[in-house]
Amino acid sequence: MSKDNEILEAFTNKEYEHGWTANLEADEAPKGLNEEIVRFISGKKEEPQWLLDWRLDAFRKWQDMEEPDWSNVNYPKIDFQDIIYYSAPKQQKKVNSLDELDPELRRTFEKLGISLEEQKRLTGVAVDAVIDSVSVATTFKEKLGELGIIFCSFSEAVQEHPDLVRKYLGSVVPVHDNYFSALNSAVFSDGSFCYIPKGVRCPMELSTYFRINAANTGQFERTLIVAEDKSYVSYLEGCTAPMRDENQLHAAVVEIYAKADAEVKYSTVQNWYPGDKNGKGGIYNFVTKRGICAGDRSKISWTQVETGSAVTWKYPSCILKGDYSVGEFYSVAVTNNYQQADTGTKMIHIGKNTKSRIVSKGVSAGKSQNSYRGQVHVMKRAEGARNHSQCDSLLMGNQCGAHTFPYIDIENQTAQVEHEATTSKIGEDQIFYCQQRGIDEESAVALIVNGYCKEVLNQLPMEFAVEAQKLLALTLEGSVG
Amino acid sequence: MKQKNTTALTAELLARFDDFTSALNGESEKPLFQLRKEAISAFETLGIPSTKNEEYKFTPIGKAIDKKINVGKPSIDNVGSLTEDRVTPYHIPDLKGNILVFHNGIFSKELSSVVSSPDAIRIQPLSEAYKEASEQFVRNFSKYADVQNDAFTALNTAFSTEGSFIEVSKNQVIEDPIILHFIQDAAQGAAFQSPRNLVLVGENSQVNIVEKFDAVSESNTWTNAVSEVVLEEGANVSFYKVQNDTDEALHTNHTQVYQSKNSTFSAYTFTFSGDMVRNNLNIVLDGEGAEANMYGLYLVKGKSHIDNHTVVDHKQPHANSNELYKGILDESSKGVFNGKIFVRQEAQKTNAFQSNNTILLSDNAVINTKPQLEIWADDVKCSHGCTTGQLDEDALFYLRARGLSKESARAMLLYAFASDVLERVSIAPLKNYLEAIIAERFEQNF
Repeated sequence: MSKDNEILEAFTNKEYEHGWTANLEADEAPKGLNEEIVRFISGKKEEPQWLLDWRLDAFRKWQDMEEPDWSNVNYPKIDFQDIIYYSAPKQQKKVNSLDELDPELRRTFEKLGISLEEQKRLTGVAVDAVIDSVSVATTFKEKLGELGIIFCSFSEAVQEHPDLVRKYLGSVVPVHDNYFSALNSAVFSDGSFCYIPKGVRCPMELSTYFRINAANTGQFERTLIVAEDKSYVSYLEGCTAPMRDENQLHAAVVEIYAKADAEVKYSTVQNWYPGDKNGKGGIYNFVTKRGICAGDRSKISWTQVETGSAVTWKYPSCILKGDYSVGEFYSVAVTNNYQQADTGTKMIHIGKNTKSRIVSKGVSAGKSQNSYRGQVHVMKRAEGARNHSQCDSLLMGNQCGAHTFPYIDIENQTAQVEHEATTSKIGEDQIFYCQQRGIDEESAVALIVNGYCKEVLNQLPMEFAVEAQKLLALTLEGSVG
Repeated sequence: MKQKNTTALTAELLARFDDFTSALNGESEKPLFQLRKEAISAFETLGIPSTKNEEYKFTPIGKAIDKKINVGKPSIDNVGSLTEDRVTPYHIPDLKGNILVFHNGIFSKELSSVVSSPDAIRIQPLSEAYKEASEQFVRNFSKYADVQNDAFTALNTAFSTEGSFIEVSKNQVIEDPIILHFIQDAAQGAAFQSPRNLVLVGENSQVNIVEKFDAVSESNTWTNAVSEVVLEEGANVSFYKVQNDTDEALHTNHTQVYQSKNSTFSAYTFTFSGDMVRNNLNIVLDGEGAEANMYGLYLVKGKSHIDNHTVVDHKQPHANSNELYKGILDESSKGVFNGKIFVRQEAQKTNAFQSNNTILLSDNAVINTKPQLEIWADDVKCSHGCTTGQLDEDALFYLRARGLSKESARAMLLYAFASDVLERVSIAPLKNYLEAIIAERFEQNF
């Protein structure tokens, strides 16, 4: 066992590599939350009256709500008055090309490994980068514009496409849906907006990169994706944050609206700062993500690789309203040290012959707690609904925990629903097998874990899959259970 | 009538407690009375759980209690006569053994008989055990079931007057099963009963226990039962529960099992009807090599609501648990299944398997399943699986192509589905009895 402990130790000592801060001058709101702050944010962004009213309505609803405590995570109570709700890197107002970008900011992105220009030239991925609260750069806008695709920061969309925003904002995640969605609706500062017109297949991956930079701030971004009939888009999201001793709050809302025959694929590689090895600091990641398959034969697919955050609390969900619509959820959640993750999905089958598939892979190490919480709900009129769920957990060491809380609620006799879950560890025989073939113990673990997660990683777009695999290998190097 | 909320119901039950204690002549001097007082104050704190309580999320138990609460008060002198020929139809044919019959919660000496040797086993009605207050009884009574956190266990502990105390000595194989037969007869106006059993099984001993619940009249009844079963090292217990109440009956029960090293406990729960049935089965595996088996089968229709909650707590290494629950729901019936498996940090080399399969026969039937695994040890094998569906079209076609009518093909498939659980019953007369009930149900098209 001592060898195992040694290796586990080595693994626990791995440090977070995105923990630097950039010296970006920021334009901040004062600490605290009240109606004035909501007005301040709205004013800063020169928003129309309807949006301000919408925010204030959300704020009032939020005040009447209580912070939920049903999840399987523990964290000290958040003081919502001790957070800066708006922080924007100071820079000239409009950037027309990347060359005009603040050099410090560009260095920031280079450090993150998302050199915006490189991206532009090599990978053909359109990026919208959000630092702290504000979108700082969006690439490939013109090229997308030719196809009628709108891909821009949320504030820009509010100014330029107010009708679209007004129509769909809050249509999937209502303001009062939950405590954090109400908070987000009141104070969200920016995010991405994406609109794919009828019959258009988006030629490139769209991507948003989030980073929290300033201290004491919370990040509240909002993403809205609308896919018209017969359109297709693949969307990526990535995130990092500096190492700080205090906990920072990230409460985002993502809404996806898919019409008939549309397909939206949403992939996330979440790598917020998880806190140090004693559980100090780290991001609280409380995110509401939901998509609605409003039209017949539409499809929404969520893929997530969750490696960061001190506390993760997120359930990307699909409302399968259109007949023959499909929802998918693929997830890898890795927790280490004192990280806690409570994540899963909801599949609400409303339309006839709707299908959903859930694959969730949890890996827990150190003293972390990893929970899968999910719901499959087949409503009465969902004739012929079909679901298959699989959630597996892998434990490394006996200090961590793996939990599953699946809810399966069936109201139609023609539904076919299956759920299976297993818990296991990496077998000594598997490691031995690899070692015999000259693969050292650390690589063997990485190999086995990658194999274990393969079903999910295969769903990621190429660029992300490579990043995710590296991330997994890094977090799990040498962690033999 | 407006439905009372759970707070009002709690208050009403609390008020009953005072009437109840004044009717218990002189018992208030006894040390065990303290347990009642503790239990009722725990109940006061807990209250009747509302659907906001996660454990009762899908089971609006307050609504069911509201219908029953006025039907009778827990009284000890409100018993009509129960003759042998009235009871006989409810007995399991050919099943011989030690039989204890309880009528509206009162022990019936005339209808009961104990055949096993008193050297090997002590079988006592609870009221006697209360009076005698032997050291073994006092030391174990109400020590396992959680009065502080479970409202219905607290309620039972406060109100129970009758049930059984069974104590098996070391190294005994008890050939004759023990049948605890609870009969409720609401025609007499007393329809609230709180049966309570304590079973202590000594080292390397073996015993079979059958709990049977029947209601003999078509009116509202409420049974709130608690059983505590304690297994010493190497003990082996099979515990059968057969619920065939009327469609108006409310049944809440809690079975708390404590297992020592190398002991084996098997629970079999069969539910065929009831307005609302809530079965809690909690097993604590506190010894290496312990094994727990949980089998359940429920076949319900009408507006029945069947809720099975099981908890297995693996505290020590090298223990195994197996769980298989099957349900068939027709018409507007509702099924709830919640199976929790806890594997504590010390419980390495645990094997825990759980499976829950449900067939829905109607679009108005609903099933809410929540299999829950909570694991803190790494070297374990745990899995759960659950399926919900309907009869396989291909299988139906296969049978019909061979000349079977639609009804018999369906009955055959349903029978096959149920037999996975049924075939594990090892007492032959009981198995025949259950088979007959099931066959009859399927023949009548459920």
